[in-house]
Amino acid sequence: MYESPIRRPLITGKTSYAQITDDIATAVEAKPTKWWYIGFIVSLAGLGLWLLTVTYLLVTGVGVWGLNKTVDWGWDITNFVWWVGIGHAGTLISAILLLFRQKWRTAVNRSAEAMTIFAVICAGTYPLLHAGRPWVIYWVFPLPNTYGSLWANFNSPLLWDVFAISTYFTVSLVFWYVGLIPDLATIRDRAEGVRKKIYGLLAFGWNGSAKAWQRFESVSLILAGLATPLVLSVHTIVSMDFATSVIPGWHTTIFPPYFVAGAVFSGFAMVLTLLIIMRKVMRLEAYITLNHIDVMNKIILVTGSIVGSAYITEFFIAWYSAVPFERYAFVNRAFGPYWWAYWAMMTCNVITPQLFWSQKLRRNITAVFIISIFVNIGMWFERFVIIVTSLHRDYLPSSWAMYSPTWVEIGMFVGSLGLFFTLFFLFAKFLPVIAIAEVKSIVKTSAEEHIKKTAEKEGIDIKEVNPQIA
Amino acid sequence: MSSQKYIIGTFNDEEPLLEAVKEVRAAGTPIHECYTPFPVHGLDEALGYRRSRLPRAAFMFGVLGFSLALFMQAWMLGYDWPMNIGGKPALAWPDFVPVTFELTVLITALGMVGTYLVASGFLPGNEAKMPDIRCTSHVFCIAIPSNTADYDKIHALLMRHGADEVEEREIEL
Repeated sequence: MYESPIRRPLITGKTSYAQITDDIATAVEAKPTKWWYIGFIVSLAGLGLWLLTVTYLLVTGVGVWGLNKTVDWGWDITNFVWWVGIGHAGTLISAILLLFRQKWRTAVNRSAEAMTIFAVICAGTYPLLHAGRPWVIYWVFPLPNTYGSLWANFNSPLLWDVFAISTYFTVSLVFWYVGLIPDLATIRDRAEGVRKKIYGLLAFGWNGSAKAWQRFESVSLILAGLATPLVLSVHTIVSMDFATSVIPGWHTTIFPPYFVAGAVFSGFAMVLTLLIIMRKVMRLEAYITLNHIDVMNKIILVTGSIVGSAYITEFFIAWYSAVPFERYAFVNRAFGPYWWAYWAMMTCNVITPQLFWSQKLRRNITAVFIISIFVNIGMWFERFVIIVTSLHRDYLPSSWAMYSPTWVEIGMFVGSLGLFFTLFFLFAKFLPVIAIAEVKSIVKTSAEEHIKKTAEKEGIDIKEVNPQIA
Repeated sequence: MSSQKYIIGTFNDEEPLLEAVKEVRAAGTPIHECYTPFPVHGLDEALGYRRSRLPRAAFMFGVLGFSLALFMQAWMLGYDWPMNIGGKPALAWPDFVPVTFELTVLITALGMVGTYLVASGFLPGNEAKMPDIRCTSHVFCIAIPSNTADYDKIHALLMRHGADEVEEREIEL
């Protein structure tokens, strides 16, 4: 396939097929680095904290949280929405960008999708524990029972959410694994002994035949077509948990698109946070290049701007609606007792992404890393602001209350980060973090070497049209 | 399946393989299969493969999921246990849209991937049937059944297209 020499390269350095296999498979085969052990042990400590706080919670009851009669959704639901939001980038990269034929997705889709799966696992723990009695969580499903059968209520957005999140998790996992099979076979065919057995078991007998690839591509395309509306539906339905209620500040029609944009925004921020560390630690700079980081920053800029305009629109509509409760909810957000959370959100989500208009900053790793952290923090505050500030002053001033988390909630949040990173470190050690086969399929169009060759063939001075390569 | 004699040609790049496949087919020699480290654009057409019928399977799973989901909700809330919620209709169709959508996607995805794995013979622990284990890394292979091919002619043809090695082996593919 022809690709113009003015395109920026997506793979730098020497790129023979054997080299690509080596570069990526070595990370799986070699002993983990010192940094991997340090990171893994810190994550395990976080996981330990999570287990401790969850056990304490289950033994004692949800009363150990700081929730009260007025603010009955706090850090638990904030963290749930935050984690689900983070889980949106992976499927967006692997599904929507596949449909748009964006070649840069090949280097980042595997790890982004792993991140999605782990983030959704973390998200799932919150409603599970918030429900109070996780051992009967199967009651959310429409199973025959001795009460009638009394079925689940399909009119409730909370039930839609159960279906949305579990479908999203399952389909993302399946999509991820289908893509992993050929790469697991690559690892299998390089391994010996027990490792060969294990990877052989996981690779399902993949043989790379033309028929298998034809089916693989067909399946990938359809899964992408299914996952695209799915990823949009998930945060839409999460937003309906809020939007269909009659709480001022929640009851707005702007919520679904605004939540989806926010989810993609925060998801890409988390992808960048992880990939910037991963490419360095695992020496994958030739595959996850500055060009990849640049394009992801552009997505952050776009979605960040959508989120910013949504904040302003929301405020305007609250005033324009002339509903006193609605107006009060918004004034209270910005200038009430939780003003600091609101302005933290505004600063991190509206102002920081605008820095990405500058190409210099988009290609400055340190700046990108810091901004991605800011976005992560800002998006956490967004959910906190929406949930807590809308609830804490309800229709009846005598029941107004303040909310602050207890150590159990804080421990569970920090602990869920531990759970997330533990899973991610295990993934980075035992599975190929870059889609080996997919990267190989773009070598003939997007590798630095190839772009040089095309320019030579056409008699174009590469220095002139593509200064980055020269 | 038992093993059979094949002429195996290996290449280090996809373009020569593609050219060779076209010429072998033009000469009227049947090809068993090709093995590549990544999907080679146009190889399935060059081999004369029909388009995969998986999209059709996916569509049928989709119809199944859609009907099951809609029927389940309508039956549970509309017939088996109708609830009076402020006098609103028990069969609240718009409320059924999200779950219907999610279950359609779920059943389509699982059904199609299941079909793909079973049809291709990819199941946990299955033995990989391939002529060369380097095919999952950087080697491109063509396998031609010996009983319908002239070894010398094929050897010359593949070598002319830049094959690294051509040999006749008895293997199970």
